[in-house]
Amino acid sequence: MEVTTKSMPYEDWKDNEYIESLVNELKASGTNVIVGSLDKLINWGRSNSLWPLTFATSCCGIEFIALGAARYDMARFGWEVARSSPRQADFMMVAGTIVHRMAPVVRRLYDQLAEPKYVIACGGCAISGGPFKNSYHVLKGVGEILPVDVYCPGCPPRPEAMIYAIMQLSRKVKVEKFFGGVNRKENQKEFLKNHPISETTN
Amino acid sequence: MANIQETIAKQFPEVEFAQGETLELNVPDAKWHDVAAALKNDFGFDNLRALIGMDWGEELGIVCYLVNSKTYEMIRVKVVADGRENPFLHSVTDLFTVAGIYEREVFDFFGIKFIGNPDMRHLFLRNDWVGYPFRKDYDTNPTLNPVRLDHEETEDTTVEYVEGADGKIHKEERVIFAPEDFVVNIGPQHPATHGVLRLRTAVDGEEIKKIDLYLGYIHRGIEKLCEGLTYPQTIHFTDRLDYLGALMNSHCLCMCIEKALQVEVPRRAQVIRCIMDELMRLNSHLLAMGTFCMDLGATTMLFYALRERETILDIFEKTTGARMTFNYNVIGGVRQELADDFVSDVKKLLEIMPKAIKEYNQVFTGNVIAKNRMEGVGVLTPEAAVAYNVTGPAGRSAGWNYDVRRAQPYGIYPELEFDVVTCTEGDSMARFKARITEMEQSCRIIAQLIDNIPEGEICAKVPKVIKLPEGHWFQEVETGKGAFGCYIESTGTTSPWRMKFNSPCFCLAGVVDHLCRGQKIADLITIGGTLDYIVPDIDR
Repeated sequence: MEVTTKSMPYEDWKDNEYIESLVNELKASGTNVIVGSLDKLINWGRSNSLWPLTFATSCCGIEFIALGAARYDMARFGWEVARSSPRQADFMMVAGTIVHRMAPVVRRLYDQLAEPKYVIACGGCAISGGPFKNSYHVLKGVGEILPVDVYCPGCPPRPEAMIYAIMQLSRKVKVEKFFGGVNRKENQKEFLKNHPISETTN
Repeated sequence: MANIQETIAKQFPEVEFAQGETLELNVPDAKWHDVAAALKNDFGFDNLRALIGMDWGEELGIVCYLVNSKTYEMIRVKVVADGRENPFLHSVTDLFTVAGIYEREVFDFFGIKFIGNPDMRHLFLRNDWVGYPFRKDYDTNPTLNPVRLDHEETEDTTVEYVEGADGKIHKEERVIFAPEDFVVNIGPQHPATHGVLRLRTAVDGEEIKKIDLYLGYIHRGIEKLCEGLTYPQTIHFTDRLDYLGALMNSHCLCMCIEKALQVEVPRRAQVIRCIMDELMRLNSHLLAMGTFCMDLGATTMLFYALRERETILDIFEKTTGARMTFNYNVIGGVRQELADDFVSDVKKLLEIMPKAIKEYNQVFTGNVIAKNRMEGVGVLTPEAAVAYNVTGPAGRSAGWNYDVRRAQPYGIYPELEFDVVTCTEGDSMARFKARITEMEQSCRIIAQLIDNIPEGEICAKVPKVIKLPEGHWFQEVETGKGAFGCYIESTGTTSPWRMKFNSPCFCLAGVVDHLCRGQKIADLITIGGTLDYIVPDIDR
C-alpha cells in the first residue's frame, strides 16, 4: 500500500521506508473489515484537516506567518485554521528555540492539546538546540520533553519545507489505528511516563 | 567635554578620567549616585543608553553609556563593585527610570545587588536558578540546573536592599500585587504578545492598574555563547536577535569589530550595506504594521503587508540566498556580490511601494474604528521617552528627535538626504503613522543610492585570524525598532571577553507598564503592537 497524497507523486517523497514500516505494522496486527474501514474514513478526515496551534517562539514563527499568507497559502491543504487555544488544535508546530524557562509552558500546552495530538519540531533549535546548543539555558531539542512526530530542519525552514513537514505528518496520520498499536500511540504513552512532570524542590 | 572633566574632577576628586572613543569616567561606587546626578542635572546626560554588567575576572561591576538627549554627546562610566562574594552597587533608578530593568538584568546574570532598586528579582532566569551564568566562574554542570518541567512559583512580593544611616545594608520586602488585586496572566503563549512575553496584569474592571513583566521565555544566553567563539563566528547570532532587523544588527557588530581592527570598508560595500539596511527597515515596518492590524482584527492588512514583504524577501534571497537569517555582513564588507537583477528588482519595488502605502492608508489608517482604537491611547511624553530610553519610531513619535543615523552617524548616512520622522502626539496612532512615513523615507534613501552603486571590492582585506587589540568599543545603529548597540570588551585574544547586545526592544518592553496604566485592557494589545517589540531581541 502506498501512502501518498494527491499533491505529490510517491517517488518524490523521502522516508518512504519509514511510512512503509508503519504500513507493515498495521497489516501485521490485523483488524476486522468494519473497524478497518472506519479507520480509513477517520484517518482520511483527520489527515486533511490538521489544525495547527499558533505557537512560535522566534524566527520560525515569522516563516509560519508567511506560510499562512497568500504566496504559500496553507489553506490549500486544510491547515489554515490556526488555533490560539491548544484545546482546539490538532498539532503543535514547535517553531523556535525552547529554553529552560519555557519548557514547562510547552509541556503544559502539549498536555492541553486534545487527542489525537502531534508535534512537529520545526527548525534547528527545536530539533537539537541548533546554534544555541551549548548554551546554559537552551534545551537540546524539544524531543527532550515532548514526543516528536516530524522533524523539519532549517534555520528557519523555508515555508516550502514547512509544507513538506506537515504533508509528511498528514501521511503519518493516514496509517493510524484507532485503537492504538500503530504509529507512536504506545510510544507516546511510554515517553510521557519516562518524562514525568516532577515537583523538584530546592 | 573638557568642561565636564574639570567640573566633575573638582566636585569629585576620586573620579578617574580617560579618553577613548568617548570621555570615560571611572567612578567609585560610593560616589556613583552623586556623579550620575551631577551628570544628569548639570550636563544634561539624561538618557541612560546602556548599563552593561561586567566580570573582569577579579572584580565585578558595570559599564554605563550616558547620552545627552539634546546634543547627542555620549560618555562612558565604569563602576566597580567590592568583592565577588556579595557585591553591592548603588542604584540609579531614581535618576534614570530605565535603570530599574537594566539593573535587574545585571543582578540576574552577575549577582550584583543594587541598593535602592525597588525590585531585585530574577528577570530572565527562573527564580529557582542556581548561580549567575555570566560570571566567568559559573558552574555549567547540568545537574545544578536541570530541565525542570514543573512551573516556577509566581511571586507577589519582591525585595529591596536599603542602606541604613549607619551604612549597613538590609533587605526590605516590597509588594508587587496585594492580595486584593485582581491579577490576569497574559502570556507567554498568547497570539497578541508578538512572541513569548508574559505580562501579569492587575486590573480594576477593565482598567489596567499595574503590569509586571516576565522575560526570559526565549533567553538563549547569546552573549555568553559569544565569549566562547571567535569574532567571525559571533556574527550569525545577530541575525537571530531581532530577526526583522537582521542585516542592521550584523552591520552593527561588523562595524564595531572593524572599528577595533581599524579596517576601512570599501565604498561599494558601504553602499550595499546601506541599501540592505533600508530594505530591512521596510521589511521590519511592514511586518510590524501587518501583525498589529491583525491584532486589531484587520486581517486583510496582514496579507497586504506580507505581499510587499515577499517582494523584498525575493530581493534578499537572490543576493544572500536566505529569506530570514542572511549572515550577509562580514567583517570588512559583505559576503557575496549583488545578484545580477538586484538593481532592476529594487527599482520595481520602489515603483510599487508608494502605491502600496497609499493602499494601506486607505484600508486602515483612515478607518473610524482604527482611529478610535489608537488616537489618544498610550500617550508617551518626550521626557518619558528619554527616561525609559525609548528610541526608534516609538521615541520619535513621542517627540524625542533621536535617530542614530543622524545623532551618531555611521556608514554613508551623513551623505544621504532623509527626514527624521518626528511627531508630537506620542499616542498609538502617532507610532503607527511614524512607521508608514519612515517607509517612505527608506524608499527615498534607496532611490538615492540604487543608481549610484560604485564598482570595486565588496570586502576589505582582513587578517585570516581576527584578533582584536585590548580595549573596548561601543557601536550603535538605527534598526527598525530603535538604537541597537553592540559592546565588545577584548583582552587581545581571538574571542571577546564580553560581548553585549544592547537591544532597543528591551527598553520598549520596559515602558509597557508606564503606558498601559489607566488604559483599558484591550488597549494593552494596541500599545504593545505599536511599540513593536520582538521578544527574541529582548531576551537574547
